Amino acid sequence: MDATGLELVAQRVRDAVADDAVVGTGYQRGQATLDVAPPRVHEVLRYLRDADEQPFGFLASLHGCDYLPSEPRLGVHYQLLSMERRDRLGVRTRVTVEEPHLPSVTDLFPTANFQEREAYDFFGVVFDGHPDPRRILMPEDYVGHPQRRDFPMGGEPVLFTFNEHKFPRWYE
Amino acid sequence: MSDYREREKSISIGTIEQEPVSGTRLEPGAGVDAGEERGEAELLTINLGPHHPATHGVLRLLCTLEGETVRTIDPIIGYVHTGIEKSCEDQEYWKAITFVERMDYLSYYFNAYAYCSAVETLLDEEVPPRAQYLRVIHMELNRIASHLFWLGTGALDIGAITMLWWALRERDLILDLFEMSSGQRFHTRYFQVGGVMEDIPPGFEGKVREFLSQMPSRVDQYEALLDRNEIWLQRTQNTGIVPLEQLLGLGVTGPLLRAAGKPWDLRKAMPYCSYEDFDFKIPVGTVGDNYDRYRVRMAEIRESVGIVQQALDGLPEGPYITGNRKVALPPRHELATSMEALIHHFKLVTEGFRVPPGEAYVAVESPRGELGCFIVADGSAKPARVHMRDPSFVNLQALKHMGEGSVIADFIACLAMLDPILGGIDR
Repeated sequence: MDATGLELVAQRVRDAVADDAVVGTGYQRGQATLDVAPPRVHEVLRYLRDADEQPFGFLASLHGCDYLPSEPRLGVHYQLLSMERRDRLGVRTRVTVEEPHLPSVTDLFPTANFQEREAYDFFGVVFDGHPDPRRILMPEDYVGHPQRRDFPMGGEPVLFTFNEHKFPRWYE
Repeated sequence: MSDYREREKSISIGTIEQEPVSGTRLEPGAGVDAGEERGEAELLTINLGPHHPATHGVLRLLCTLEGETVRTIDPIIGYVHTGIEKSCEDQEYWKAITFVERMDYLSYYFNAYAYCSAVETLLDEEVPPRAQYLRVIHMELNRIASHLFWLGTGALDIGAITMLWWALRERDLILDLFEMSSGQRFHTRYFQVGGVMEDIPPGFEGKVREFLSQMPSRVDQYEALLDRNEIWLQRTQNTGIVPLEQLLGLGVTGPLLRAAGKPWDLRKAMPYCSYEDFDFKIPVGTVGDNYDRYRVRMAEIRESVGIVQQALDGLPEGPYITGNRKVALPPRHELATSMEALIHHFKLVTEGFRVPPGEAYVAVESPRGELGCFIVADGSAKPARVHMRDPSFVNLQALKHMGEGSVIADFIACLAMLDPILGGIDR
């Protein structure tokens, strides 16, 4: 997709979903990205999957990331793929650490199940409507979201039964 | 003793063909009725794994069984989560290659390529043609090695232990080749940002050609061992079928998707790294069962052999790494004579290179499907975020749909044909 095509998609999304759905567009190194308002993510992805004249039927990937120090800090990227047109489109949305809520897209793309759990696990983005909103890679009783940029690197004691009494509530 | 001989005689291939001893040809849902009629509706919850050789790593599957039939499957992962993505954020771009290679430990060249390619996209750096061809040679050899390991362990799960020795014998030849070109058998760190570490040594091409000449006949041997093996056929044919639409919804890529009949291969669809120069076919299946998954991977080994051959034939002359000294280390011999080279070397080794701010998502076709690398650069010498879209992680979601309702032995076959690598799933 070229820069013109990206603007056309953005305009179609604005017309079909809502004027405030698309916050901006980004085109860099041949990669097109649509910036979407957080509450509109589900509607926009549904439009892009089903109703758009150039649909994207496959969710290739979902990433979380932390844009510390800029605000809103947390970003979630949806990498859409059209196998028919062999084209990719990124959809990006950003939420604050205080209100990290996004609508889940697992009903549109079942593949998002594990990946949304991963983004919740590492960044604390809560996906409303997710069928199984638990941590996925970190232990269930883990405190904190370790991929956030303000989460310290290392320094975490390895707990065994012989030394667990030495580190009561070490994470605080 | 004579009684034993009599009983042994009574078991023949003929009787097995008439009536399958396993429940392989069980229709979905047939087990429920049969079980209820016999009054055997009692459910048993068991943990398969985390420490179990058939789980291919540290995968825990919480299963509900009804007799021999698997009713629910719930994968629980994270046992080998080592925070590689977080560790990458603390390393300079060129040092993080070492980390990303260790994610999916059977396809390290693909991890390194996806990462290097994403960094090159952000830097807008051109890779010389010779480096691209050398990358293709190593990636395709790695694909063969990865498929061979899958074949050996997958067949072992179903009881064909000979396949493990045979497949690992050939895989070892490939590891010898890797050792020759880069000095390491695993996690070679051969791919650099902008090219490859070193040109191939003299004699490497001959060794590779020797390997390629014997590989097709070895594949014939594997197929001779498996294709007429009654147990193998019963375990794989018509088991683990998932409809194509469901696979696409689940984000499944790679041989699993191609076995269901979708000819989607990023090497053909969105060529990268000069794949458009090579002539190869995309094997697809027709039924989408475990047998098709096996056949597709076997055909891919043959296609990879062809690609490596073409890459060796057409290997262009020229530099093996970009000449941009801001990104790639200067050649060793220049350090003794050129002050500028010494400064570049010092700057690169001590603080690395800076990458302009931006985001890039680069996807490649790994042996298990679409391996994507997503990098956020903040303008410093270290990445702000490295995320790997690992095919094993995404494909694992299909296991539930492949295995539920089948007998437990078929479910083990489904897991083997899924080919999950837990190092990639947990990262």
